[in-house]
Amino acid sequence: MFHKDRSGQMLGRIAVFVTLPLGRQPPVAGPPPPTMHSRAPIFVACLAAAAVLALAIAVSYGSGTVGPRDVLALVTGEADATVRQVVLDLRLPRVLAAFGSGAALALAGALMQVLLRNPLADPYILGTSGGAAAFALASMLAGASGALVDASAFAGALGSTVLVFMIAHGGRWAPGRLLLTGVVVAAGWSALVSLLLAVSPERNLRGALFWLMGDFAFTESPAACLLTAGAGTAAGFALGRALNVLATGDRQAALLGLPVRSLRIAIYFLGAALTSVAVTTAGTVGFVGLVVPHLVRLAAGADHRVVVPAAALAGGSLLVLADLAARTLLAPRQLPVGAITALLGVPLFLALLARGQGARD
Amino acid sequence: MQRMSALLETEALTITAGSRTLVRGLTFSVRAGSLVAVLGPNGVGKTLTLHTLAGLRSPTSGLVRLRGTDSDALGQRERALAVGLLLQEQDDPFPTTVLQTALMGRHARLGLWQWETAEDHAAAGAALAAMDLTGREQRLAGTLSGGERRRLGLATLLVQDPDVLLLDEPLNHLDPAHQFAVLAALGRLAGEGKAVIASLHDPALAARHFDSALLLHGDGRWQLGSVTSLLTGDTLADLYAVPFEPYQGAHATVMLPSPPLTRPQAVDKVTPLRRRPPSEHGPR
Repeated sequence: MFHKDRSGQMLGRIAVFVTLPLGRQPPVAGPPPPTMHSRAPIFVACLAAAAVLALAIAVSYGSGTVGPRDVLALVTGEADATVRQVVLDLRLPRVLAAFGSGAALALAGALMQVLLRNPLADPYILGTSGGAAAFALASMLAGASGALVDASAFAGALGSTVLVFMIAHGGRWAPGRLLLTGVVVAAGWSALVSLLLAVSPERNLRGALFWLMGDFAFTESPAACLLTAGAGTAAGFALGRALNVLATGDRQAALLGLPVRSLRIAIYFLGAALTSVAVTTAGTVGFVGLVVPHLVRLAAGADHRVVVPAAALAGGSLLVLADLAARTLLAPRQLPVGAITALLGVPLFLALLARGQGARD
Repeated sequence: MQRMSALLETEALTITAGSRTLVRGLTFSVRAGSLVAVLGPNGVGKTLTLHTLAGLRSPTSGLVRLRGTDSDALGQRERALAVGLLLQEQDDPFPTTVLQTALMGRHARLGLWQWETAEDHAAAGAALAAMDLTGREQRLAGTLSGGERRRLGLATLLVQDPDVLLLDEPLNHLDPAHQFAVLAALGRLAGEGKAVIASLHDPALAARHFDSALLLHGDGRWQLGSVTSLLTGDTLADLYAVPFEPYQGAHATVMLPSPPLTRPQAVDKVTPLRRRPPSEHGPR
């Protein structure tokens, strides 16, 4: 119904202004200069290819003797049962879980950054992951299992997000106040997790490493997190233009015709769902949600119709490679994947931040 | 019939901030072609009034109608087509380009799944050209100067193309040439059937470029009238608590604030540093 107004009338009217005495250069007729819009599909396609490559490498290497040649044999149907078991039953679920968790965390970070209008927001730093972990652990201690644990993790993530946002939103968003609130809440959750682990009887609750740093050694099925990440990417892509408008601020977004309140609520739920599914799959892996969207924005600009799919692909690839490093660097010893992401992410983030600001006009 | 021709009208609008009543019982209507200047000292509620007219905040009492419809009854998109507001401040936390920012003005005209068309790009390009931003399309909005950022906000509002344009101090940060360009653009918009309501701090510009003035005193009192009848020395002195005097220029007589000097005019307090006379080749 709104499209009826989109006549050429307005163009003619704006064109009248062009005759202002100011026009230093007349508007150039002809094709517009190449923009990110024309390059965006290539960028996303490159990331998709990189993701496939990362997945292929990650299933080909591990702590055992099964290598790329065996995997190639498996593809051509010439592998024996041991190889089949190692690759299909052990490595593939773990690699896919890493991909799904990484994509979910990167998406959650990108969404929270828009919600808070702060490029430093991240589900780990702001305590969302911690809330999900604490609630999931508490429900497991109370005897819950399966979907009830997932629901508790979701409730913890949502509750923690709302708590941080409400405390930090003192009239207007002060970035320092927001980060401080998030860091303190995250510290609180991590203390609660330690406390719960300390008082819990020795049962199959996974290790402290899982809940505090992230670890893929306990992965059961990658299905939930792959599905959630896929749905989250689709939703984020569909809302892409709305996210761009929301990033200009609540007031400006409302003035431009965006139903700000309902979109914010939708993003709260989407972000909490993505974070909680990553936490129940991988524990609290940090920095993926901070680093990946940031790198994507530095490379491709801030249009969320590009940022969302690119962040999902890049986040998944990053965590797949980080988990590969965690499995193989000091094999047979396994490293916590969260430590790897921090080691990879923090210096990369700092370097690109410095370069990005110098590169601005 | 008068109702139909009003693009925006208010009925007994009362605006409060905390316990202070800033505007009491504001009733006025703005028709197509109107140019209204909102004047008043700092903190009297100019911004809050504009925000209320734009639907960003609810009035304490009273209502706003857009083309005869209660503003509250309109959806966010419909309202964005009826009324737009240039905010006083705008920042960009993400690396958004100038072109992307201007294109966001089309949001209310695009469907959820729709991408911007060539027509939208043309509208954005024309608005950027009108605001003298041609050639800066791929610059990041965060790297613009204050005046350029202001013009980008104006360009976005032009792209949005609502019936009523509300502008909160549109001339802030603008050099005189761009101030006049913006005022001329607003005049053209009014000539084409839009209504313009802008707050500003320059009664001389208000008198020359606007038809009506809305004076806000900050204690609930307000005055509305034509600029010729309202922007007199006495009214302005009462409004701003400083004396105003007419100054005769080549094209017009304008009212300028002329408070008595409280100290002798400072001469020679700031003097250029003595330097070697500049060489023919300039400084190295």
